[in-house]
Amino acid sequence: MATTQERVEELVAPQPMQTGTKHRTLGEDVWRQFKRHKGAVVGLVLLAIIVLATLLGPIVWPPDPYLIDTIQANQGPSIDHPFGTDNLGRDLLARSLIGGRISLAVGFAAMLVGLFLGTAIGVVSGFFRRLDGPLMRVTDLFLALPILPLLLVVIMLFREPLKASFGEELGIFLLVVFIIGATSWMQTARVVRGDVLAIKEEEFVLAAQSIGTRKRNVIMRHIIPNTMSPVMVSAALGVAGAIITESALSFLGLGFPASFPTWGRLVFDGRNYLNLNPMWILAPGALISITVLSVNFIGDGIRDALDPKLRSR
Amino acid sequence: MGRYVIRRTLFAIPTLVVISLIIYGILDLAPGDPAGQLPLTIPAEVRENIRESLGLNDPFMVKWLKWMRLMFINEPLNAIDSIFGTCIGDCEARDRIISWSSRAPAIDIIMQRLPQTLWVLGLAFIIGIFIAIPIGVFSAYKQYSLFDNVGSVVTMIGFSLPTFFTGLLAIYFFSVYLGWFPSLYDTTLVVNSWDTAVQQIKQMIMPVSVLSLFNAAVLSRFTRASVLDNLNEDYVRTARSKGLGERTVVMTHVMRNSLIPVVTLIALQVPGIFAGAIITEQIFRINGIGALLITAIGQSDVPMVQTLTFIFAVLIVLFNLLADVTYGVLDPRIRYD
Amino acid sequence: MKRWKWLGLFAVFALVLAACSPADTGGTTTTGEGPGTTAPPGTTAPPGGTAGEGGEMLLLQWQAPSQANAYLSTGTKDLLASSLVLEPLAEVAPDGTLVPALAEAIPSKADGTIAEDDTSITWTLKEGLLWSDGSPVTADDAVFTWEYCSNELTGCAQDMSFVESVVAVDDLTIQVTWLADKPQAYPFTMFTTFQQPIIQRAQFADCVGAAAQGCTDQNFSPVGTGPYTVTELRPEDTVVYGFNPNYRGAAEGRPFFGTVTIKGGGDAEASARSVLEIDEADYGWNLQVAPEILGPMEAAGNGVVKVGFTANVEHLNLNQTDNRNDAAPSDYADGTNPNPFFYLNGDLARALSMAINREEMTAVAYGPAGAPTCTLWPVPGDIATSLDWCLTHDPDGANALLDQLGYVDTDDDGIRETPDGLPLEFEIVTSTNAVRQSEQELIARDWAAIGVGVSNRNEDASLFFDGTCASDACIWKFFTDIQMFTNGASLPDALGYFAGFKCSEIPTPANNWGGGNTTHYCNPEFDTTWDELSITALDDPARIALVQRVQELIVEDGAIISLVHRASVSAFGNDIQGVGDLNAWDSEYWNIEEWSRG
Repeated sequence: MATTQERVEELVAPQPMQTGTKHRTLGEDVWRQFKRHKGAVVGLVLLAIIVLATLLGPIVWPPDPYLIDTIQANQGPSIDHPFGTDNLGRDLLARSLIGGRISLAVGFAAMLVGLFLGTAIGVVSGFFRRLDGPLMRVTDLFLALPILPLLLVVIMLFREPLKASFGEELGIFLLVVFIIGATSWMQTARVVRGDVLAIKEEEFVLAAQSIGTRKRNVIMRHIIPNTMSPVMVSAALGVAGAIITESALSFLGLGFPASFPTWGRLVFDGRNYLNLNPMWILAPGALISITVLSVNFIGDGIRDALDPKLRSR
Repeated sequence: MGRYVIRRTLFAIPTLVVISLIIYGILDLAPGDPAGQLPLTIPAEVRENIRESLGLNDPFMVKWLKWMRLMFINEPLNAIDSIFGTCIGDCEARDRIISWSSRAPAIDIIMQRLPQTLWVLGLAFIIGIFIAIPIGVFSAYKQYSLFDNVGSVVTMIGFSLPTFFTGLLAIYFFSVYLGWFPSLYDTTLVVNSWDTAVQQIKQMIMPVSVLSLFNAAVLSRFTRASVLDNLNEDYVRTARSKGLGERTVVMTHVMRNSLIPVVTLIALQVPGIFAGAIITEQIFRINGIGALLITAIGQSDVPMVQTLTFIFAVLIVLFNLLADVTYGVLDPRIRYD
Repeated sequence: MKRWKWLGLFAVFALVLAACSPADTGGTTTTGEGPGTTAPPGTTAPPGGTAGEGGEMLLLQWQAPSQANAYLSTGTKDLLASSLVLEPLAEVAPDGTLVPALAEAIPSKADGTIAEDDTSITWTLKEGLLWSDGSPVTADDAVFTWEYCSNELTGCAQDMSFVESVVAVDDLTIQVTWLADKPQAYPFTMFTTFQQPIIQRAQFADCVGAAAQGCTDQNFSPVGTGPYTVTELRPEDTVVYGFNPNYRGAAEGRPFFGTVTIKGGGDAEASARSVLEIDEADYGWNLQVAPEILGPMEAAGNGVVKVGFTANVEHLNLNQTDNRNDAAPSDYADGTNPNPFFYLNGDLARALSMAINREEMTAVAYGPAGAPTCTLWPVPGDIATSLDWCLTHDPDGANALLDQLGYVDTDDDGIRETPDGLPLEFEIVTSTNAVRQSEQELIARDWAAIGVGVSNRNEDASLFFDGTCASDACIWKFFTDIQMFTNGASLPDALGYFAGFKCSEIPTPANNWGGGNTTHYCNPEFDTTWDELSITALDDPARIALVQRVQELIVEDGAIISLVHRASVSAFGNDIQGVGDLNAWDSEYWNIEEWSRG
């Protein structure tokens, strides 16, 4: 039983200086701050569950998403078919899982395309004064383009040739990914450009340039790593946007063809069967919403975590 | 101020020209062909003649310039003539852009349907703003309160749910199940009495709500972020220490500064709003220009698609311009750029 | 508060922009003057003796009309819009018989109005017919209609190329003469049904040839003899009609409804829902809706679904030419390029046909709007019942037949091979459409059970059915093994319908893929039978046997496998009376002057 004296001595005694303190990297700092954002953590967990489910689900869950069995048509949820069946008797859970693969793949791939384009243009625009003006005008131009109408038109025009060259699935995938990517880079470009303009004036950049570092290396080693913050936030929002755009396209009948059960396509197919089996649209609709929600929360969390003002709290 | 406006307006024109080139170029590749709907017994040479007479075989630049002339000179002249009752030049035989499926001037059809779209979009936009800004300001003011947290989650859900999903659910619930609102949009309804006004409100409630909730969700988040940034600024502390009431501090000082980035954002959102309109019109069967675009694409009616896409671009550029001007009004620093 | 001033101005500007109602395009209210018209004999008047007092009627056509001139139509939607205003000489009733409209009576050989050698036909107009603007209808208007449509630059949607001349013998008598080398055994292909109404010379005189495209007013609001006139036409949106006081039935109080609106937009399900569940509209056209959705809607009790059968048959074409020949794919080449599987191979086709479960396909895809069928001409009275063996789903019999024919699975991969070693693996192509895709999947499953492999593909409908064959996907090129689509006849004329199977009608690269023989089928016996049919009189009892023979030949030769006889489906509100049977041969609005609200 410690005496009061001992306890006071314990508290007052000088603590030895902790040399060899664990070195905290930026990554760890960011992660710690991220974890404090409850929504972001929940989002991350949900997204992980959905991604795992779409990757492993079709392997684990027995029913074949393409098997037609008209006797089982239009059934509501049951043990065998947790989401029910569609009008041809196909299991909707299986279709949602395999459709999720396509939807998520499109989401991530389109985001990468948009991110790459946006970052490249933003960095070049911010770093090279002479290219800034024209590139920003091009960005303004793309911002003024009516995206969805052009998307619809391009898909209508190029669906057949791509189908012929790459086969149906890959052709449409490339088309949709490229189109969404090519029309969603503008925001990233603007934000990155702003950041690059600021970083360019920093002393460490001037130092690097003064010792003769080539421009290419300055960009790759110094500028880009410091623009990670807006880039990562853009990435998160880009996935959300891409998933919604793809599902909207499928809903308008202009995305993937009928045989590919992407989430948007499932909502489109099931829209008249609300009376018979509401799960047909509720399940994929909820999946889209939850995925987008999770990604948005994650983006929020990243933004908060990378904000130095918040981190120092 | 005036010079700023003129400069921005002048810049819009070359933008539109380049956009028209892009649109026209893409659509020129379209396989649609008005001669394709004629009976098979018509010999190939006659089909060719018909195509010639429609100018389909001219080289690309010729076709584009012709279309530019129609779009930028003939159509505005026609509009002036019909509004003011004048007759400029050869007003009877003036060439116009003709739709292939209805063989009527494309602009006339678009103008018939534009009000529907603008009404629904405009109302959704305005309602969205009026919901979003108070919520955003209040959430930022009472940061981390229950209101803020609940508001955050609700707005997040609001812009994560795709509009086609919420629209479908709304129709099913309110039209089919409850029977409160009509599922058919009556485009010939003329509002000239209390009853017809009620009817118009009833048929607009669902599409406007779906769109405005989405807009409000996006806007309120940005308003909140912007207000938060400003609440921590020094001038707010100064204002408070001068003894100004909270209301004045927030409404007069903070709001003005916070709205500036929000306005830019509203401008950036405009293309997305038109996209939302296309989907909403499909679901609610509003015969606006979004639904017209989908129909025209399905019928391979290339002149109509070209004109419509260009009109969308014009609207977007116009709203960008308005946003820039408003931005200039709100932020004195920009004007002296 | 400068900020508020600007925002206020902006808001006002926006509201003003939105509130400006633009001028309407085209459409003038035609008011008729002039004397009353004589009533057609033998018709009953709807209740309420005065024309146009019955209020409004709302018709839903989910494909909205683009304009109201039948001759420039881009689809049935335009023909329907036109049919309330413009009328032909004779219409086809739901049961397939001809009924006079503007004509006094149906011509026949008995009274000499059809020439014995089938070279001409003479029509007599009813007396006292008036256009909606009050001027009299004369035979000269029919002559003009022919001039209008036969001018190639008009871009007329109907084919009048086999007509030599149309002459007005007097004010009420029209004589149509066919080309000397094309006598028409079925002469009712001119000026009948909603596809070929009579238009007014006075209105359309300046619209012939290339000028047709620019005549928006005329195209949107044609002057006609029908019960209604166009008040306002908004393309792809709505058409509003007012009743025509100069209509010949006005004295008996026909039409009943004073205003009719055709509203477009949405899709078939939404139309069905509006009419049947929500009771917002009086009629919904072309309800291609899955039966499990349509059934419960009808059960709601607000309306009734009517079906009308003509000769629309969803079927499979088995390519008679070799599409896998890289040098000359699907080129008939005077018979030197036959398909190794299907060329006149009735036995293989029979086995494939027996294996298909038509009952299931009909129930899943069409419900009450379809019936399994084995022939391409399931018109009552003409149908070849000898082909009804296909109605029995018999996979065992199919397997036995294939074994017997020597198609066995030699390498145990589940797919049979021909005696020459070619695996029975086929590609089926159809248009992009959920129902068609589900039919494809069902066939693939049914044929897998007899050792035949299927890969399914679909093409965009606008390319698949593109008459100019701009892409390789069109049905006339037939660059695949099997095609699936629906054939239909616009008139109850078996002769004209089966002309498309003659050897001379095969589309080839040489004739630019023109010609109606989409299966690329050629059998001299068929041609001979058809020729014989063409010289058999319409009322000759031997005719039926010949019609049945042509049906049998194309099935027995393995060119066609029929699947489902498809009906037109429309819904009517419960309170709409006087409709009778749904008319699938002609305009569904053919007797709209009889419709009333009970």
